[in-house]
Amino acid sequence: MAHGPAKGITRWLYTTNHKDIGSMYLWFSFAMFFLGGIFALVIRAELFQPGLQIVEPNFFNQMTTMHGLVMVFGAVMPAFVGLANWMIPMQIGAPDMALPRMNNWSFWILPFAFAMLSSTLFMEGGAPNFGWTFYAPLSTTYAPPSVTFFIFAVHIMGASSIMGAINIIATIMNMRAPGMTYMKMPLFVWTWLITAFLLIAVMPVLAGVVTMMLMDIHFGTSFFDAAGGGDPVLFQHVFWFFGHPEVYIMILPAFGIVSAIIPTFARKPLFGYSSMVYATAAIAFLSFVVWAHHMFTVGLPIAGELFFMWATMLIAVPTGVKIFNWVATMFKGAMTFETPMLFSIAFVILFTIGGFSGLMLAIAPADFQYHDTYFVVAHFHYVLVPGAIFSITAGVYYWLPKWCGNMYNETMGKMHFWLAFIGLNVTFFPMHFSGLAGMPRRIPDYNMMFADWNMISSVGAFLFGAAQVMFLYNIIATIVSGKKATDEVWENPEGLEWTVPSPAPYHTFETPPEYK
Amino acid sequence: MSGGTYYVPEQSKLPIWASFGLFLTVFGAANWMNGNSYGPWLFFAGGLTFAAVLWNWFSIVISENMAGMNSPQLKRSYVMGMQWFIFSEVMFFAAFFGALFYIRTLAVPWLAGEGDGGASSELLWPGFNAEWPLMTTPDMAVNGEDALVKGPEQNMSWPGFAGLLGWLPFWNTVILLTSSVTVHFAHTAIKSDKRKQFNIMLGVTVLLGFIFLILQAEEYIHAYTELGLTLESGIYGTTFFMLTGFHGAHVTMGTMMLLVMWLRSITKGHFKSDDNFGFEAASWYWHFVDVVWVGLFFAVYVFG
Repeated sequence: MAHGPAKGITRWLYTTNHKDIGSMYLWFSFAMFFLGGIFALVIRAELFQPGLQIVEPNFFNQMTTMHGLVMVFGAVMPAFVGLANWMIPMQIGAPDMALPRMNNWSFWILPFAFAMLSSTLFMEGGAPNFGWTFYAPLSTTYAPPSVTFFIFAVHIMGASSIMGAINIIATIMNMRAPGMTYMKMPLFVWTWLITAFLLIAVMPVLAGVVTMMLMDIHFGTSFFDAAGGGDPVLFQHVFWFFGHPEVYIMILPAFGIVSAIIPTFARKPLFGYSSMVYATAAIAFLSFVVWAHHMFTVGLPIAGELFFMWATMLIAVPTGVKIFNWVATMFKGAMTFETPMLFSIAFVILFTIGGFSGLMLAIAPADFQYHDTYFVVAHFHYVLVPGAIFSITAGVYYWLPKWCGNMYNETMGKMHFWLAFIGLNVTFFPMHFSGLAGMPRRIPDYNMMFADWNMISSVGAFLFGAAQVMFLYNIIATIVSGKKATDEVWENPEGLEWTVPSPAPYHTFETPPEYK
Repeated sequence: MSGGTYYVPEQSKLPIWASFGLFLTVFGAANWMNGNSYGPWLFFAGGLTFAAVLWNWFSIVISENMAGMNSPQLKRSYVMGMQWFIFSEVMFFAAFFGALFYIRTLAVPWLAGEGDGGASSELLWPGFNAEWPLMTTPDMAVNGEDALVKGPEQNMSWPGFAGLLGWLPFWNTVILLTSSVTVHFAHTAIKSDKRKQFNIMLGVTVLLGFIFLILQAEEYIHAYTELGLTLESGIYGTTFFMLTGFHGAHVTMGTMMLLVMWLRSITKGHFKSDDNFGFEAASWYWHFVDVVWVGLFFAVYVFG
């Protein structure tokens, strides 16, 4: 095995190194984060005032759709896979991922898939305009021709996810250093193991549902057509059977990251390690039996409404265990508030708010009021932005010195945090109010009565966007000219990744370490 | 967790070319379906690229194994990879089986007026009755001869025990179940290095796979030409052809995999009693498509 990276572009094209692939995943996801962010800012610019100002309604719909798709499949998921690539082998003492070539294949599918998806913006009839949930028949009978490209893009990014997940499972199950039993693994590894299982279980179902769409559109089948005996609601069932585990795919690794960071800066071991593991498994199990809470208003039988309502509320129990454990970890800790810790504490607080609005939405009779309003938009942005995005950001600040060997600028990191924190709350908190007052989602124009809250949301969105530019600048400045970081980086952090030099050598743990 | 160095391959051109081939295939397919004349060209160019990459990829992995580069730990990674890949396939079929069960037990009765929202049936689809196999679609119930989505003229259901021996799905079941047994015998043969028995049993399995596919093609031709049963015959035709079609596609792939293993054995003498995972993985895949068929046989045919 060669000791250093190859020279030139082939290093990235042909690599089998988990660190190279992790970096590519992270940069790709960062690029997608900005692309999806631009789409979001188009939406917020249009909604700054009532009336149609900037874009046509059809283009507005393309923006909401592409924003959701790019953020979910292009930004959040690849970012977590990038972190998994970088950290899992180093945290379990493995020389690399279990199947290094397949690892690079999983990555390189993504630029092709997203190039194809983005190219739909320039096609006749425009990009997909039916929302990221692509409900039939909007996405079948009434879809623009570009839907075919969307379907195949989803197919290949699904293949990428499945191969990535298989690789992660094989790595964790097969490559742990001697002495690292399952219940000694870092929580980031545990949460990713469970996430990978969810991915393998539901990405094929997503492939199934887009295949049904393809057949209905091009080959005359009747899956979602009542005239032939099918049912549009079937689409929603199959989609959300994928979709609900999918939202946990976007949050479980976040739990793992925060569970690594809080103990470091509270200077206490994580409270309740094993309960964290069991809670994660419980959440993953429950994610398979709650999907129809997204569909309370489509006309489910009353028994279905009740089952999915209670099952959904049950998720609050293991999630509450986690929140309790993070708070208990900080309790009486010798706390300091470096940037990763700030993002992690904000995660705990704001994710809890998102969880509570989720509980409100879980109440089936109340959901008839909230369904398809900005209250739902507020809810899932509170779990995804301070949940997924903040945890990824926290993870990047936490591990960046290990990756590149240089310390980031702490002042700028804190400024990034406060701008992002204020920006996101200004953006999304008012949406609770406009939503409860009845403002529907995915609408380019709205009643005058919602004008104030929308203007505030739009201002917050641009503030949040500006904060991310600062994040990009800070990362580049750190890599190019940051101060040298120590091998330990932080004060006595736990984990094998801190036992190797900073920057981590191209190959780590070629012979497995002994883990006690 | 055994010690020793885990083999991490050098740089490889395979992944990026595989990504490119895969992309070109689906990009071509999408263009083809949307009626662009260059679509088929892109599709076939992509498919060829992808196939060439896979050929190379497998031959490299095989030669690495023969060169002794694969530690027991690395072999476990391949084993796990195959196991979880099969699990993903299980979930893919679960989506289509789930759709079938939902349609049969909930959606069709609701369309005919059962359940809380039943009153709407009288307004939307008056005269529609629930039945399975669904021969008269809601469209036909309302629009009669002018219906756009017509049901099949005949279906593939259980002919009763009297007609069993003349019923093609029964023979297909016999063939596939037998092939699962023969591939198992091939496995036990190679485990004790009985090369000849391995070749015979594996050859018989491949032959049975081909016979199954021929009979399945025969059944489809029969359905299209004589039963008026097509992919467009309402939800019955949809679920029938999608479930059996995806199964048939998987049998095709499984047969190809086993055929390659057979050719490797007879032409190159590959596989030993303690080193035969390429074959074993293909045989797992074969058992998996067999189990799916048993599910299909009951859900689509016997109780269909």
